[in-house]
Amino acid sequence: MSRERAMVPDAEFRSYYGQPIIKDPLWHEPHMPVYLYLGGLSGASSLLAAGCELTGRDRLAAPAKIAAAVAGSAGAAFLVAELGRPERFLNMLRVFKPTSPMSVGSWILAAQSGLAAVAAGSAVTGLLPAVGRAAGLATGVTGPMMATYTAVLVSDTAVPSWHAGHRELAFLFAGSALASAGAVAMVAAPHREAGPARRMAVIGAAVETVASEVLERRLGILSEPYREGSAGRLMRAARVLTVTGGALAAVSGLTRWRTPSVLSAAALTAGSLCARFGVLRAGRASAADPKYTVVPQRERVAARERNRAGG
Amino acid sequence: MSERVGFFTDTSVCIGCKACEVACKEWNDVPDDGFVFRATSYDNTGGLGASTWRHVAFIEDFTERGDRWLMSSDVCKHCTHAACLDVCPTGALFRTEFDTIVVQADICNGCGYCVPACPYGVIDRREDDGRAWKCTLCYDRLRDGLEPACAKACPTDSIQFGPLEELRERAAERLATLHEAGVAEARLYGERPDDGVGGDGAFFLLLDEPEVYGLPPDPVVTTRDLPSMWLWAGAAAVSMAAACFGAFARGPRR
Ligand code: SF4
Ligand code: SF4
Repeated sequence: MSRERAMVPDAEFRSYYGQPIIKDPLWHEPHMPVYLYLGGLSGASSLLAAGCELTGRDRLAAPAKIAAAVAGSAGAAFLVAELGRPERFLNMLRVFKPTSPMSVGSWILAAQSGLAAVAAGSAVTGLLPAVGRAAGLATGVTGPMMATYTAVLVSDTAVPSWHAGHRELAFLFAGSALASAGAVAMVAAPHREAGPARRMAVIGAAVETVASEVLERRLGILSEPYREGSAGRLMRAARVLTVTGGALAAVSGLTRWRTPSVLSAAALTAGSLCARFGVLRAGRASAADPKYTVVPQRERVAARERNRAGG
Repeated sequence: MSERVGFFTDTSVCIGCKACEVACKEWNDVPDDGFVFRATSYDNTGGLGASTWRHVAFIEDFTERGDRWLMSSDVCKHCTHAACLDVCPTGALFRTEFDTIVVQADICNGCGYCVPACPYGVIDRREDDGRAWKCTLCYDRLRDGLEPACAKACPTDSIQFGPLEELRERAAERLATLHEAGVAEARLYGERPDDGVGGDGAFFLLLDEPEVYGLPPDPVVTTRDLPSMWLWAGAAAVSMAAACFGAFARGPRR
């Protein structure tokens, strides 16, 4: 800790009465972070379900498909509630704009939640098995897109700690999605069938932990908001919960008792949620303090001038 | 497409009268933005927002730099590469025939994405109305061949309106005059077409560093890095599929 501090001295900068330069991201709690969580859960559950479909594991596939469908629709509801004019939600699907991650994301969400609902509906009712299977396999493609587009959504802004963290956030969200989907399927499926879900949870927890570690260390001054204040507390809580949950998931398959699985699932879910809330708050903090806008931009200007002077 | 128009705001002659703020409100029917005594300076609107489309900044600089008052009327920059426009998912934000950026209030669904996308913190959402608002560069007046209300009202010609090319020439001349007169700290802001937003349609002559006026020193349109962001998200998505494959590959089938 103290070494980092020594490496990043308190930056000198000027501002207009300490006021923020950019606007606060409007996204609310709990809507936005819960949406990020649900999108990840839906996407990775679909991936798990598609894997089951291809390897003939029906009893693990069913709960994964249901989780994908429920999380997809619940996520959409949170997203609509977040709008200033919810009744105009469909304006999102008025155009397809590749330059807008929210436009691209709305289409991904529409495809993912629609296909996941068809796949789950068919699995539950037994109707139209061929259609259900095709939809389920298609969510194997839309699912990972659903889980990771949200990293682009938050980073494609002027919010300094999000924009600079776009690489790490993509993997943080991917890992978090795998962990949360593994967690739900692990307890929803019969204990003996849950092997792939457990392994998915372990891999996800590892990826999430490494990505958040990098995020909190490698962005220079822009890592600070991920370590400080309430965002820092949430990120640290996420770390502990995810590592604990991952370790429990790894051993849960060795016993016949369900308790370790249940504890693991609870810890992983809480860890994933904490990470999403932490990322939102870190972005907010980096938008609110003009330091995070001015100092990196000043460094950029200085570097350019050095280059020019150096020929 | 008509000629690109814009503003050149020469802050060296701004007297802080706020006629621009008032004219903008009157013409565009912009609602009340609160009566706040900020206790920092004569600034009482604080910054640009959904209901403040022109904002006069007051910098009371009584430090070792000398006793001086800096005043500057800020506005939407009508960026060449406008992040707000790029990220708007509904197409509510569009580029007009004058190369200005305008929100169509009947289409905006208040997603709020444009708000944190703007590198200058200009556009914002009105919470009672749920939609995003900002300066339109008086789109209605331009279509009738009139100049925007703020420029019309400015008593010192600090706010100059006109074809962008002409304004750039005028600004270069003004800068040279000031430099000759010994005002070494005078500088232009946002006039270069090769900056991070491709140049501003509304640019400034400042007497100190931009951040002192609450402006970002080196703004970049966020979508410049969008291809790289999608690449990383794509890599993460593929890794998820690989992780899933790994989860099934190991262990007994049942
Ligand atoms: S200054 Fe902000 S609101 Fe104005 S055009 Fe540029 S990005 Fe859009
Ligand atoms: S708030 Fe309105 S103008 Fe802004 S991005 Fe959303 S739909 Fe577009």
